[in-house]
Amino acid sequence: MRATRWKPSSHQSGMKTSSIEVHNLVKRYGEIEAVRGIDLEVQQGEIFGFLGPNGAGKSTTISILATLLKPTSGSASVAGLNVEEDPGGVRARIGLVFQDPSLDDQLTARENLEFHAYLYGLSSSIRRERIDEALAMVELTDRASSPVKTYSGGMKRRLEIARGVLHYPQVLFLDEPTLGLDPQTRARIWEYLHGLRRREAITIFMTTHYMDEAEFCDRIAIIDHGSIVALGTPDQLKAQVGGDIVTVTTDNNAVAAEEIRQMFELEPHVADGALRMEVEDGASFLPLLLRKLSIPVSTVSLSRPSLDTVFIKLTGRTIREEEAGNLDHLRSMASRWGGRRR
Amino acid sequence: MSETALPQVSAGRGAVNVRGASLRAVYIIWYRDVLRYWRDRWRVGASLAQPLLYLVIFGTGLSSSLRGAGTFGNGGSSLSYQQFMFPGIMSMAVLFTAIFGAMSIVWDREFGFLKEVLVAPINRSAVAIGKTLGSTTQAMIQGLIILVLAPFVGVKLTPLLVLEVIPLTFALAFSLSALGVAVGSGIRSIQGFQMVMNFLMMPMFFLSGALFPLSRLPGWMTVLTRLDPAAYGVDPLRRVVLSGSGVPDFIVNGLAITLFGIRLNIAVEELILLGFGFILLAAAIRNFQVRD
Repeated sequence: MRATRWKPSSHQSGMKTSSIEVHNLVKRYGEIEAVRGIDLEVQQGEIFGFLGPNGAGKSTTISILATLLKPTSGSASVAGLNVEEDPGGVRARIGLVFQDPSLDDQLTARENLEFHAYLYGLSSSIRRERIDEALAMVELTDRASSPVKTYSGGMKRRLEIARGVLHYPQVLFLDEPTLGLDPQTRARIWEYLHGLRRREAITIFMTTHYMDEAEFCDRIAIIDHGSIVALGTPDQLKAQVGGDIVTVTTDNNAVAAEEIRQMFELEPHVADGALRMEVEDGASFLPLLLRKLSIPVSTVSLSRPSLDTVFIKLTGRTIREEEAGNLDHLRSMASRWGGRRR
Repeated sequence: MSETALPQVSAGRGAVNVRGASLRAVYIIWYRDVLRYWRDRWRVGASLAQPLLYLVIFGTGLSSSLRGAGTFGNGGSSLSYQQFMFPGIMSMAVLFTAIFGAMSIVWDREFGFLKEVLVAPINRSAVAIGKTLGSTTQAMIQGLIILVLAPFVGVKLTPLLVLEVIPLTFALAFSLSALGVAVGSGIRSIQGFQMVMNFLMMPMFFLSGALFPLSRLPGWMTVLTRLDPAAYGVDPLRRVVLSGSGVPDFIVNGLAITLFGIRLNIAVEELILLGFGFILLAAAIRNFQVRD
């Protein structure tokens, strides 16, 4: 049964079962409404991406699903259990990889996994085997006995993923699993996640603000200001943008934009010194544009819509890179005056 | 069939025995603290520096200036200040380590590790209990290590004395660790940790009777000392250690804590100490069970 299975399926019951169900979920902090009535359903075995800028409500939603926060109103169930009625049951069936590191870096990788194995009640007969298997999955077997403080950021994240699946959860939550990692490491982590899903029909629910990663997901929800603004497969979402994206830079963008408006009845966006427009068929539009414009064109590019474009179209903004959190600052402070504890 | 073969969605998968897990959790949380403590071995050695300073410099200085002004036994020289303060310094080591150890919760929270514990399918009381026991173990060891300094300050150690001292040190370590966990679980920032050090730990140390007897104090201070759980741990330790060193009973008993004019015996003091401990542990458990 190790067959490669791209689309989610439920070989067990023969019918689709949903791993996560969320109805009209709201979380309020005083005046601030972090999550404003979210509805979604994630099928078993699906990789579901939750995409949005900082402060959009991604982490809050994950925290509610993982029973770390109580919803203000609405309901959520994970692995068939209501998060408010049976938080213990939900916890036993989920794995979590947090946005911020949550390893004990004084301990070795193996010790961190042992700690986890005990917390999740794995019996001594399978503990060792599971730990070896998890270390092998993320290729950390060689370094299992080194203290985690000697690990690189990517290794730590891999270890956290190994820990998250150690107890064979039905649903794995990943909050920004690739944040701050270099492209090779990110690619590796995606390999693990896809491999994991192929082998285990595990449901993966992840947040990210890397647009290119969203394309690895089966389905994506785009969240902005606490609400879902779009939900679908990457292709469906791209289809919402319509045609191709043509970007040109000219010697005089203002004049060129006016000409385009009049001649082609298009509405070009001016951004970063370039004109950007959406057209049905970019390949045949471009020669026409170049011929008709009176202003010399310096660069031209033609692209298929990406999730980036979808995001800009839906929210009017681009997703910015995460800034270094307060925590990093604190961490360096703490190591200065409290170095003896860590 | 166990679930070791092919990890597929099956009925048994993900079903964790919560009660069993909670017992294991207490163990592993305790074990992690002890392991980290053991890894930090130089600290165990370096931790002797502070008590040594107190015993040698502070102790010598104070006993020299007090000389002639009458020491503790009827003007006699049967009890030196260093002998007197020795159990106090042991208690100091226990107090500081217990509070510090328990306060590692604040660090765990700050560095994210606490999340790993809090999302686990275990009863939160396991976290409080495991943490208290971990801190108790460290504090006990730190306190008992001070015994190696005993010969230098005129305290005679016998195997029997050591056997008596162990449970007393445990009770003190346990109650103070429970206090640390109760306070630490409510603290959300490292700044708060500093406040606790300055406004809780140091006053507790000074009021515990570690450095001076609690018998001839002004009224307001007497009240404060009786509210200090550590006082009920320092006194039994002192009475046992001094008796064991051959200090006459009338001197030892004269040092005992009185409550409403009644001289407490060691058993009562220990009961009060453990009472504090269990109440504080209950508070710690409650703190951990609160969810936002």
